[in-house]
Amino acid sequence: MKNLNIDGLKSSRIHDTFVDLKKQKTCALICYVVAGYPTIQMSEKIITTLIESGVDIIEIGIPFSDPIADGPVIQSASYQSLTNGTTPEMCIKLCSRLRKKFPKTPILFMTYANILYGTGIKKFLTISKKSGADGFILPDIPVDESADYIKLASDLDLSTIFLVSPNISNDRLSSIISKTTGFIYLVSVFGTTGERKQLEEYTIKKIKEVKKYVRGRLPVSVGFGIGTLEQVRTIVAAGADGIIIGSKIIKIIKDGKNQKEILINLEGFIKHIKIGCKI
Amino acid sequence: MDYIYPVNGKYGEYGGKFIPETLFPAIEELEISYNKYKKNKEFQKELFYYLTQYAGRPTPLYFAKNLTDFAGGAQIFIKREDLLHGGAHKTNNTLGQGLLAKKMGKKRIIAETGAGQHGVGTALACAVLGLDCEIYMGAKDTQRQKLNVFRMNILGARVHKVDSGTQTLKDAVNEAIRDWISNVQTTYFLFGSVVGPHPYPMMVRDFQSVIGREIKDQMKKKFGGNFLPDAIVACVGGGSNAMGSFYPFIEDSHVSLYGVEAGGLGLKTTKHCSTLTGGKPGIFHGMKTYLLQDENGQISETHSISAGLDYPGVGPEHSFLKDIKRANYVNCTDKEAIQSFLTLSKYEGIIPALESAHAIHYAIKLARRMKKSEKIVVTLSGRGDKDVETVQNYLDRNKTDSIKN
Repeated sequence: MKNLNIDGLKSSRIHDTFVDLKKQKTCALICYVVAGYPTIQMSEKIITTLIESGVDIIEIGIPFSDPIADGPVIQSASYQSLTNGTTPEMCIKLCSRLRKKFPKTPILFMTYANILYGTGIKKFLTISKKSGADGFILPDIPVDESADYIKLASDLDLSTIFLVSPNISNDRLSSIISKTTGFIYLVSVFGTTGERKQLEEYTIKKIKEVKKYVRGRLPVSVGFGIGTLEQVRTIVAAGADGIIIGSKIIKIIKDGKNQKEILINLEGFIKHIKIGCKI
Repeated sequence: MDYIYPVNGKYGEYGGKFIPETLFPAIEELEISYNKYKKNKEFQKELFYYLTQYAGRPTPLYFAKNLTDFAGGAQIFIKREDLLHGGAHKTNNTLGQGLLAKKMGKKRIIAETGAGQHGVGTALACAVLGLDCEIYMGAKDTQRQKLNVFRMNILGARVHKVDSGTQTLKDAVNEAIRDWISNVQTTYFLFGSVVGPHPYPMMVRDFQSVIGREIKDQMKKKFGGNFLPDAIVACVGGGSNAMGSFYPFIEDSHVSLYGVEAGGLGLKTTKHCSTLTGGKPGIFHGMKTYLLQDENGQISETHSISAGLDYPGVGPEHSFLKDIKRANYVNCTDKEAIQSFLTLSKYEGIIPALESAHAIHYAIKLARRMKKSEKIVVTLSGRGDKDVETVQNYLDRNKTDSIKN
């Protein structure tokens, strides 16, 4: 793993987190929330609860009008958030506030290309860095179209986390490994985000293949469709370094009757899932 | 001028492949297959067979004398894509891609549709070629283009009504992309316009270029030698009929090219979809191109009386042609389109699609500025049967609109 901690400005939070967890024989638990769902104030409370309950890395979803890689749960939360008037600026401010509370927890932004290009990619990355963010996950910027983005992010020492699909060729995987900093995001299924009842056999096979191919150069985290303890245990047993949960978190938020219930349910869920993260 | 675009999937800075990783193997397979079959004589022969024997090509290039007299300027010729089987130019592309999908061994075809013309075009191509067909269409569009939903069903296609977002074309594309991501190993996505990730903009342009090639031949036959028209006019939503009309003329720099976008209620309002005249570059639906978007990069809600033009993006090659100033992009409001719809029906006995009525409007306007000896070709991309209810409703609401241009 690449250690980026050269001077005080540079972020090594992702690296340090994975190294620490490895020592504790634990798989990283990474959770995604749509910023501004149900409100931006509530997002802050939700993320605080997630971190205090044991989540290791946070992905702040900046809502986009046309989220093509997302299933119905995240689509509808994004739509709700935008209807509430959430702007990218509000999401960045949310990150700043969280950074003050949690100096060590890695925080990533997950959004779509046009959110960055709409503001101007350089400006967007610069203000994100200032807010204390550690990197970006952009499902519609593949490595082939990433030259500007990688250059600018690398200058600011922001991690560029690329997605790997279940049907990826070794050539493409090599190219992605060379351009990824932080961790590899292995998409577990053919499809968009959203819970699945059961894991596919090809998912387990792919985790093992990718782990073998990566040879410890980067941690491998697995996401899309994961929501139960049993699924987490199987993925951890297959050798994953991190587990990413998104839609299930949004579903818990959606189903909660009030703020208090949402936070209690999230705490309960995270503590339950953490059991499965033990290697 | 040597025009050899796209270069590595790009038209200048536009185009590219901004797609989720899962779609990469499919896009790469498509690019390889297309490049192979493009040069394959058997494939071209088979496509030619379907275009001529089945779909009715070549379509006429009609000198619209009454419309010319009405405008009182340059001579207006109409390229009759409304007479193509299916009722619009879309069939050129659906037969091309349908045959390609079949050669690639794909059995399940999905497509997006706005006005329903591409949906109908895809459904009929799948019927004749023996492929399964599923069409995504915005809920709002299934309402305003009911006739086409019915036609698709009759042709054996399954129509999925899309309730997300603005319930129009862009949301139909989103939903079709999500289906494609989920079923990429078995499914062929048949994009209906010169939009999306490379190689779609190039491939759809190539299949639609039969329009421009025929215009060129027909003008030469009518007027001899190397005679070319002075201007070509076509409507632009995604921009496939325009790209197909323009492409064979791009190196003929003395032929002016005009793309007509939907001005909706006017560019001073937010109720339009004039992407090239009112938008700025961004990334959407797999491509870098001009987009209608807000200051935060959210895609704008658009409006046009014509469902087929109601789209916040545009083909990347049009963005490039705008920047290098090879083509001019103008717009036409809902009201002007309705007037031209009525004018063409009354003076020429041709009921145009509302999309195409935008082009007719600008052709009349342009003719008035040009000499009587000059010649304009306007591509009539589709016929208007599907739109009569929309027009009737519009006229009922706006009783003062009379038939004048």
